[in-house]
Amino acid sequence: MNDRTFDQVTVDDLADVRAGDKGDTLILAVLPRDAEAYAVLESALTPEAVAHHFAVTEPVVRTDLPHLPALVFRVPTVLAGGVTGYSGLDGHGKTLGYHLLMLRLERTR
Amino acid sequence: MIRLGAGAGFAGDRIDPAVELARDGSLDYLIFECLGERTVAAGQLRRLADPDDGYDPMLEARMRAVLPVIEPGRTRIITNSGAANPLAAGRRVVDVARALGRPTRVAIVTGDDALAAVRRLDPVVWETGEPLSRCTDELVSANAYLGAGGIRQALTEDPDVVVTGRVADPALYLGPLQHEYGWASDDWERLAGGIVVGHLLECAGQLTGGYFADPGTKPVPGLARLGFPFADVRPDGTATLGKLDGSGGRLDVRTATEQLLYEVDRPEAYLTPDVVADFSGVSFQQAGPDRVEVAGASGAARPDELKVTLGFRGGWLGEGQISYAGPRALARAELGAEIVRERLAVVHGVAPDAIGVELIGAGAAFRGLAPTSEPLEVRLRVTARTADAAQARTVGWEVESLYTNGPAGGGGARTGIQQTLVVRSCLVPRDLVSTTVTLMEER
Repeated sequence: MNDRTFDQVTVDDLADVRAGDKGDTLILAVLPRDAEAYAVLESALTPEAVAHHFAVTEPVVRTDLPHLPALVFRVPTVLAGGVTGYSGLDGHGKTLGYHLLMLRLERTR
Repeated sequence: MIRLGAGAGFAGDRIDPAVELARDGSLDYLIFECLGERTVAAGQLRRLADPDDGYDPMLEARMRAVLPVIEPGRTRIITNSGAANPLAAGRRVVDVARALGRPTRVAIVTGDDALAAVRRLDPVVWETGEPLSRCTDELVSANAYLGAGGIRQALTEDPDVVVTGRVADPALYLGPLQHEYGWASDDWERLAGGIVVGHLLECAGQLTGGYFADPGTKPVPGLARLGFPFADVRPDGTATLGKLDGSGGRLDVRTATEQLLYEVDRPEAYLTPDVVADFSGVSFQQAGPDRVEVAGASGAARPDELKVTLGFRGGWLGEGQISYAGPRALARAELGAEIVRERLAVVHGVAPDAIGVELIGAGAAFRGLAPTSEPLEVRLRVTARTADAAQARTVGWEVESLYTNGPAGGGGARTGIQQTLVVRSCLVPRDLVSTTVTLMEER
């Protein structure tokens, strides 16, 4: 882990994610593992980056909870059809938290 | 101090953790949350077929397991297992108590059935943006999310078991707290404290390491004997979370923080029928092994309207699955999908946009957002929504037919059909909904 000027890390390296659903909105709670990880994610994991990663056009909303620490993302329209209207296997989108973990962050050390 | 225990976090949850809590947990209340969004509508379909049915199919098994081990007069049970038929569920609990030879007093909370009210009111449906009367699907159920008031009222009758239908999940926990501590219905801060406790416990094992465990980043010991959580709640609405010593799982600030934010789209305004709870100031502190302190909830006045879940008959879903493995597995699965699509449309008249294809193992779970190119194996899954069961069966038939008419090396075909329900939501003014408590008893 030494001497990396440009370090490509994923969300998985810094945080845990819990996925939940509300209608067709995917809710992603991102839980950084320490204060340093929170600082990196606060600046790099923007609503725009998450929207791009999930290929949604409607705005993603982020709520910052620095004292926990946590970031909560509301990702609209991902779960189109909801639990009962989607004919795929995971209508709740429970697996999709791990898609966010795969998002690559560009950061400088 | 009042101790609330989580007996179930969903309709199909394990039973043994509830038995352990009932036996060894010194609980004041054991709470079973057993209703999903579509569970009530599914119960309504069963009730239409049999007027004595419509409640949670696992209610009897749960009661047979826990009634013999709880201390009568010490631990009360609260459950929303009444689903679409709380009165029939109450009778069933009395039957179980009789068979066990245990005197049991059951209080049943009704009033969530809002079918007549929504038919009269014709509210706007959230998902369509149009009045309910414009929905062409057959409406089979409408259930309002009740608050804690009905449970509170039921508890004044000194029951052993309280059975409800649709109640907001955390209200199952707020009800007994309000009853025990006499919190006023506009004491927003304490009510919010009770909602936070309810929200943390309502998914049972999800607070103690379930839906959390990851062997790489978040190891959890003993998931096969996961202990369900309890909360010791103080009169000011703060609480200590715990689980039984020796049970599996883990309970710490990390598991609690994840569950606090689960399915919460706006942490600063979590809407419930009893209070708009603000989770943004909630904090946790480790108080010992598997013990966590929770405090910091605040709240604002409850909404004037109640959310109603509408259930519509949604036709049928047919499906078929088949596996391909090794070289060109993905290409062969894609060819299979193409063949089935063509056959369903041309031979069986299935609408092309009603057909869904998943390539399991090649990124299906991520809905095409992260495709892989050379998976070792792919499981093709084809679905179609149809108006009738016969057409739904053609999906599995065509997938199975790929054995002898499709790509090389297709194996392990499985088929199935199921009747579907469509669930939508609307609001109704809360004064259109009133609750009633009915008592039943086995002496």
